Amino acid sequence: MSAFKHKHLLGIKTLTASEIRTILQTAESFLEISTREVKKVPTLRGKTIINLFFEPSTRTRSSFELAAKRLSADIVNFNQASSSAVKGESLKDTVLNLEAMSPDALIVRHRSAGVPHFISTFCRSPIINAGDGSHEHPTQALLDAFTIQQKKKKIEGLKVVIVGDILHSRVARSNIFLLPKLGAKIVLVGPPPLLPQEFKNFGVEIDYNFERAIEGADVVMMLRIQLERQQKNYFPSIREYRNLYALTKKRFKKTKKKAIIMHPGPINKGVELSTDMAESAESVILKQVENGIAVRMAVLYLLLGGKEREITD
Amino acid sequence: MQEKIKAKVMDSRKIERAIHRMTTEIVERNRNLKKLVIVGIRTRGIYLGKRISKLIKELEKVDIPVGVLDITLYRDDFSEIEAQHMVRKTEINFSVAKKDVLLVDDVLFTGRTIRAAMDSLIDLGRPKTIQLLVLIDRGHRELPIRADYAGKFLPTSKREQVQVKLKEIDNSDEVLITEPAGLK
Repeated sequence: MSAFKHKHLLGIKTLTASEIRTILQTAESFLEISTREVKKVPTLRGKTIINLFFEPSTRTRSSFELAAKRLSADIVNFNQASSSAVKGESLKDTVLNLEAMSPDALIVRHRSAGVPHFISTFCRSPIINAGDGSHEHPTQALLDAFTIQQKKKKIEGLKVVIVGDILHSRVARSNIFLLPKLGAKIVLVGPPPLLPQEFKNFGVEIDYNFERAIEGADVVMMLRIQLERQQKNYFPSIREYRNLYALTKKRFKKTKKKAIIMHPGPINKGVELSTDMAESAESVILKQVENGIAVRMAVLYLLLGGKEREITD
Repeated sequence: MQEKIKAKVMDSRKIERAIHRMTTEIVERNRNLKKLVIVGIRTRGIYLGKRISKLIKELEKVDIPVGVLDITLYRDDFSEIEAQHMVRKTEINFSVAKKDVLLVDDVLFTGRTIRAAMDSLIDLGRPKTIQLLVLIDRGHRELPIRADYAGKFLPTSKREQVQVKLKEIDNSDEVLITEPAGLK
């Protein structure tokens, strides 16, 4: 297995299959720590990490926070609402000021694509992308892959159907980069305005008919309809969306045996996913949340461990 | 880096006898074997631990559970080593609280691995005692740590390396002293 030689984790696109496997295998070892009575190992003692969230988040932020704490790192949360950003400080100045406080890593979430990359151009600390606009959300795709592997024992050869607002979904984009690298086949499903033909350029299939696409699927990944990004009318009504693209019991019957249901959360219950489907035995949604901590511990460990790491980017 | 083999200090029979002798000592010292658990340190400590457990079963008809400890996350040289060590799983499926824990490793050298292993064990629960068994004690301690059971004391120079091979993973049972070639 190869060592992880990147300084930052900005996206999945630039990772190789073997680097992805290194992260997943490392996460495997961290899973057990969260089941201990003392849920903590001293590995990153003395390291400081800043959670720099310019956009609201509960799951990702607390998952990173717990991951850091279980490795004994100190973590500081920066929230835009209570920061100088509201007084008009620029992004670059905010980051430079935080960096003057000598952190060992910055975890960045921003509503605009490319912000983590921009920060990495002038900042010496490792940057971890926790979601940037509609671009990438690498740790979510990693925890999705980890969960699929855990439930299905392998990723190669699986049919993964991703359904919903593909256009605005960074989760979908990171998964589109990740899963085919490990040998899965992806079919994207959604209303045409939210699923432009250009997505075919990523080497995945697209289908506007959920009934047809879901046949023989091993994994059904439902995305949240992002009502806050919905200023334009991408579909006529919630009711119509639900009729065509919600995951119902009837639709789920067409999947392969032992197929699993995933969702990155938060769910609009009753829109893309009914409550009983979300809480069914096939749903691994809470497993995804649980695995998220182990995967983020692995990422922090691989980026912050070792002093003189040989870094190639 | 090429290695030069300087000496073969133990063969399969010697290793077997040492394990047998130490097992007898363990049984003698731990009257209540039901409270004994074995924790092997990755990688070769696991196989030594399993052999001891099997031997105790033969001698005393008691099943002693064997757990696996990976100490990577507890290393004290974590920020000095060049690349991250691959973390592997710790698999201890029993409670160590109030137990007599027999910690098993192949070679005792600086003592830092054992320090890390003890920290890790104590985070898993509060053992009644921790005892240490090693196949080879090669000296050069940097911490106040000693073995309760040692297969062989082997005075070495710091430049030398001690390699324990076990047939479960190395296809043969032997202990070698090697030295990096081309240094002299």
